[in-house]
Amino acid sequence: MDLKVNSSVATRDERDAVDSVLGKPTQYTQGGTRTEQDLRISRAGEALRNLRHMLLPTLHAVNDHIGWISRGSINYIAQQLDVAPAEIYGVASFYALFSTTERPKRQVHVCIDLACRAMGGLREDELPEGTHPSPCLGTCERAPAVLVIEAGNPARHEVLAPATPVQINALAKGAWPEAEPSIVSATPQADDDSTKLVLLGRIGKVDPLSITDYQQHGGFVALRKAIQLGATSVIDEVNASGLVGRGGAAFPTGRKWGAVAGQPAFPHYSICNADESEPGTFKDRVIMEGDPFALVEAMIIASFATGCEQGFIYLRGEYPRAIRNVQNAINESKKQGFLGDNILGSGFNFALSIVRGAGAYICGEETAIFNSIEGYRGEPRNKPPFPVEVGVFGKPTLVNNVETLVNVLSIVNDGGATYAALGTEGSKGRKLFCLSGAVTKPGIYEVEFGITLRQLIDLAGGLRSGSTLQAILLGGAAGGFVGPDDLDLPLTMEATHAAGSSLGSGVVMVLDQSVDMVDQLRRIAAFFRDESCGQCVPCRVGTVRQEEIISRLAQGVQSQDIEMLRELGTVMRDASICGLGQTANSAIDSAINKLKVFAQ
Amino acid sequence: MSTQVTTGLHIRRSVQLTIDGQSVTVAEGETILSACRTMGTEIPTLCFGDTITPKNACRVCMVEVEGSRVLVPSCSRKVEPGMVVRTDTERTDHSRKLVLELLGSSVDLSLTKNVARWNSEYEAEPIRFGKPAAPTNDRDEATTGHHHVADGSSVVNVLQPVKIDNELYVRDYSKCIMCYQCVDACGEQWQNTFAIGVAGRGFDIRISTEFNVDLTDSACVYCGNCIQVCPTGALMFTSEYNMREAGTWKEEEQTQTDTICPYCGVGCSLTLHVQDNEIVKVTSPSDHSVTHGNLCIKGRFGFQHVQNRAE
Amino acid sequence: MVGLATVFGAGGGTSSYQEVETTDLIVMWGSNARNAHPIYFHHVLKGIHNGAKLYSVDPRRSETAQWADLWLGLNVGSDVALSNTIAREIIHAGLANRSFIENSTSGFAEYAASVEEWTLEHGSKTTGVPAEAIRELAHALGNAKTAQICWTLGITEHHNGVDNVLSLINLALLCGHVGRPSAGLNPLRGQNNVQGGGDMGALPNKLPGFQDVEDDVARTKFEKMWNVTIPPKTGWNLTQMFEAMEHGKMRSAFVIGENPAQSEADGAHATALLKNLEHLVVQDIFLTKTAELADVVLPGSASWCEAEGTVTNSERRVQRVRKAINPPGNAHDDIQILVDLASVMGHTWKYESNEHVWNELRSLSPMHFGMTYERLEDLGGIQWPCFSLDKIEPSYLHGRLWAEKLEDRGRLAPFSVVIDSPPVEKTTPEFPLRLTTGRRLDSYNTGVQSGGFESPLRMAETVDLSPEDAVSMGIVDGEIVRITSPRGTVVAPARIDDGLRPGLVFMTPHFPNEVDTNLLTIEAIDPKSGTAEFKAAAVRIDKILKSDARVPVAGE
Repeated sequence: MDLKVNSSVATRDERDAVDSVLGKPTQYTQGGTRTEQDLRISRAGEALRNLRHMLLPTLHAVNDHIGWISRGSINYIAQQLDVAPAEIYGVASFYALFSTTERPKRQVHVCIDLACRAMGGLREDELPEGTHPSPCLGTCERAPAVLVIEAGNPARHEVLAPATPVQINALAKGAWPEAEPSIVSATPQADDDSTKLVLLGRIGKVDPLSITDYQQHGGFVALRKAIQLGATSVIDEVNASGLVGRGGAAFPTGRKWGAVAGQPAFPHYSICNADESEPGTFKDRVIMEGDPFALVEAMIIASFATGCEQGFIYLRGEYPRAIRNVQNAINESKKQGFLGDNILGSGFNFALSIVRGAGAYICGEETAIFNSIEGYRGEPRNKPPFPVEVGVFGKPTLVNNVETLVNVLSIVNDGGATYAALGTEGSKGRKLFCLSGAVTKPGIYEVEFGITLRQLIDLAGGLRSGSTLQAILLGGAAGGFVGPDDLDLPLTMEATHAAGSSLGSGVVMVLDQSVDMVDQLRRIAAFFRDESCGQCVPCRVGTVRQEEIISRLAQGVQSQDIEMLRELGTVMRDASICGLGQTANSAIDSAINKLKVFAQ
Repeated sequence: MSTQVTTGLHIRRSVQLTIDGQSVTVAEGETILSACRTMGTEIPTLCFGDTITPKNACRVCMVEVEGSRVLVPSCSRKVEPGMVVRTDTERTDHSRKLVLELLGSSVDLSLTKNVARWNSEYEAEPIRFGKPAAPTNDRDEATTGHHHVADGSSVVNVLQPVKIDNELYVRDYSKCIMCYQCVDACGEQWQNTFAIGVAGRGFDIRISTEFNVDLTDSACVYCGNCIQVCPTGALMFTSEYNMREAGTWKEEEQTQTDTICPYCGVGCSLTLHVQDNEIVKVTSPSDHSVTHGNLCIKGRFGFQHVQNRAE
Repeated sequence: MVGLATVFGAGGGTSSYQEVETTDLIVMWGSNARNAHPIYFHHVLKGIHNGAKLYSVDPRRSETAQWADLWLGLNVGSDVALSNTIAREIIHAGLANRSFIENSTSGFAEYAASVEEWTLEHGSKTTGVPAEAIRELAHALGNAKTAQICWTLGITEHHNGVDNVLSLINLALLCGHVGRPSAGLNPLRGQNNVQGGGDMGALPNKLPGFQDVEDDVARTKFEKMWNVTIPPKTGWNLTQMFEAMEHGKMRSAFVIGENPAQSEADGAHATALLKNLEHLVVQDIFLTKTAELADVVLPGSASWCEAEGTVTNSERRVQRVRKAINPPGNAHDDIQILVDLASVMGHTWKYESNEHVWNELRSLSPMHFGMTYERLEDLGGIQWPCFSLDKIEPSYLHGRLWAEKLEDRGRLAPFSVVIDSPPVEKTTPEFPLRLTTGRRLDSYNTGVQSGGFESPLRMAETVDLSPEDAVSMGIVDGEIVRITSPRGTVVAPARIDDGLRPGLVFMTPHFPNEVDTNLLTIEAIDPKSGTAEFKAAAVRIDKILKSDARVPVAGE
């Protein structure tokens, strides 16, 4: 295009960062040195337009190497990708992990979200200098958590949890945290040999970085079986299993697969939604850190069944260890021929890569993921058309959550009927729950559907000593609160639905008497305000008004404010484009109605 | 104005649906909104423009469709056979009222057409959210994903100083409802200059050049196609802005005359807005096959030569 | 216009704008439509977004070229060489549309023989474009289902402009890219009613509606209606008029809405000739440089906003212009001025309105017959031809060429043998740089209209040169330099433009009062069209040394 870039020029390091993703420019118009050839021909057009999806990785590279994204870098990226600077600025300024203003190389992101707050973490107004607040870092089992990022080539990312204020101060001043503890600490059931774990079975028992170890523990057996069965039979088994999506929406997985497989338009794409950002949710992280090959294998099977030759794992940027481990799993799988052309002699070709998120809860929305992958702002799209027909790059796309995918391995291995026999009539199979807050052993728990809330908390060793139960948040910030009276609620989709709540992503956040519920509600409101993409009015303005009203209520309850909150909740639920706005009031609503938080 | 049928026959199937209890038949591919308009049913719209693919960002046009859990944007949802639509239920009215209030409490809608009427029709009272906060001048420096936690004493809004950085048009983003139309017109849908984009996130979302540089340092080519599509008066000819400031802008006294641009041979349709024998603004008919409402700098702003008369 | 009329019998672009949105391949040759025809380029962009490939052929890497899948930066004036090379490659690669050539064209064998010498190597050497790039464009043209070949003044403003056009028509004939939906040949008109002027018979050999002045039947029809005798022979084109002035054969002129004193190549010479006239009448809305030379100035009205009428655009769409404001002072409607003049000269022309004039035209020009004011209004303009009141013809011309039966195909379209002919003025050690000219986005021609508004984009006139030349001459951006051609010298600031290669410099005609670029351009005329070679002069750029006591003024 007829680009116009201003006079700001990228530094050598900035150029190197961009080139590390895009390669050195091959022509003058893309920022290369001018050769004889450039005087006579230039190539733009479709070839460059097809590079747009490289924008997000390129911005990451600059942000990683330099620490922020300058005008000069944006100009150079603009030339390399033939994308206007204003567009790039729009994308860069969409993500919280990127900065378009200069900042120190060291960034200390302190989680101020629900679980960390409940566990004595700092609040936004208590942070030491040199640190800044972060939404839930998905390390709730070790709350409170901190993510440290140090720009450089390569950039360093590390999570410290639990983190004391003293430690946080030290991080801000240049200390570097020790490596995280083994992931087995996040799966307390692993200590108990009497429980047969399937989804979490390998965690703590295999080396997550070793493909040999994985294969010695049943790895790639399901893939071989799937290829033997053939694509259609795999989908039949998934259908028979009754598996539904574990990301929150609970759509029947087999139906989705069948719909993608049957689309006449090609290519098909598969996406693993690993942008786990719902406050209180960390199950996908634990799987990716502890059993990354399982996810890769499940992606291969899903893509084989639905005819996708290219897949993406859209992985949350705040999950450094998950990124490292999944990337290793992809690399190793490629080396061993589980990825690439003609996998296991089946004739099936499949390429898989990670797309790293950059700090945007909304990108966990299945259509926002598409925009983010394509190099646009991560704004949700309108549905219809639905992703199975028109998804990423405008093609039929399969989107599955990490937990959903990993379930497929046992479905293929043991048959859909075996899986369907587990759980209840309305909720079949196994489920992971993320226990955090005031329980003795927080972590991820694998159970058969049907267990009650009380039983689950007991499984986690009950409440911490000295704690009395005040409330439980089910399903995360987009879910709802229940109270001490609801402990016998069976944790099934049907029962929670009937109780006016939802399982969502499996969050069970236990809040004891020490927790300030009003403070929790203010944080929920602030969270949605920060994470709204801003596209539609009910969510963009509604989340702001909601926060303002809650702030007012915190100072003194007025009945018209309660009524206005209710009205806001209705318009957000009825008229927002996507699930974010539609659920932005649900936890607050439940706290008011069920827990009577603002009762006069 | 109908468009010329040039080649082949486009036979579109018709679709029958029910709107507010009335059966209606429209062509396949029509939207619920266009079907409603066919029937004479008014649905408020704010972000909808007839030359831009509906973004359905404002959510004021929501209707109920049987079988849908949430309300449906009528401006973009295509009709389907057997669809049952209701445009005037308690839910739709509540939704419209709240959207009008949310926008009204955060944006200056004084030049947005029909808002006053709709406010009274839907009993919208934007002021009930609280006292408006004072205008700010730092919206362009917002940090993504972070905000100062509200204390609730006043309600935040987008009021800010007018951006005047060139001779031809001004940008008053206090009036911007984020319909995205200017960005789409500047970008892929028409002009493909991409001088402006959407920056930031959430309530900090804004229309911006890269790093908020002045238009004169941006890629802007002053086609004014953004002004053409702006529904709120946030983008305005300098001539109109100055006349409004001086209190001499009299829209009711203006005539609008369609003619053809005097410059190159493309033959773009112009609509000349004339007040007191002076051209004060130029637009282009949105339904014309040559321009679709778009012009270049010469067509949009190059009219002065016929009225540099003073000697 | 001459080229298209020669081959197809009608001097108009063959497609509609909307067809470029649905074509497979767009070739913009000697056209920077992104700047010069921005709204046409919107249609091109739709085509691109719908999947069309864009090729740009232009000495400069222009704004249009920057959108192209491939830009071919040929030497100025080597268009025929490039076209012939492409043709040979298409033929040799077996990509020529044999059945179309056989059924609908004539003269192929001779044409094919004439391009045989143009191997890729030979073509590359002559044009400066890498052979592989030429091959790529040839194959794109040969393989495309539909292609739109568009050009502008980069093709026509040469001493062999008509040959350039014919060479592009040859390519379309070779591949069958004409006479079908989305396939066609489109000259983008530089001025808002240049097509309309031709439609209305403002050509030396035509009566309104492209009816030949030498055609007795047609001429008689007009003579009857007008009750006059029309000279049955072709008149002079603009260039011939200037020649006639030079030889004293033309002694007076009536100039309406033109500024030849500044718009003609070798402007100093043109001005001298106009000054020499015994009688010069200028009808205009501005007191132009030409008007300043006039014996009588008739203040006209701005046709696009102070009068009623029609204009025709580049897709042959006739559209209404309307009166929105009153003309100032004693300015009158142009038609009224002509009627008054006629009256003074003893003829009573009775027209109730400008629409009445139009209806008279409709009665004389079959291709306009169906275009009543009412229909023009209802349909947003109508493309010619429009023969009947109840029908619209296809949006593209020459569908007849694809007719099943030979008798329905009409005159077969002839290939033209065209010979490479480099610019008349060669670069020399004294004048080592090639000057080419063009437009900027916010300005227009000699600036009399576009100078009226403040443009944030506008820079005063500059001489644009490549970064390499700037370095070798020690010139920095913005430095005032002297530009000299064999005809004159002007002074302008230098502007470094990396769209130019070493040896190529660029100027515009937009600011003749400050920098009269046409003092530099050469009056080398294409005898077939009368257009001058604005696109190729030889110049020298000199630094202005501090020791120069006095900065030379323009026109010196």
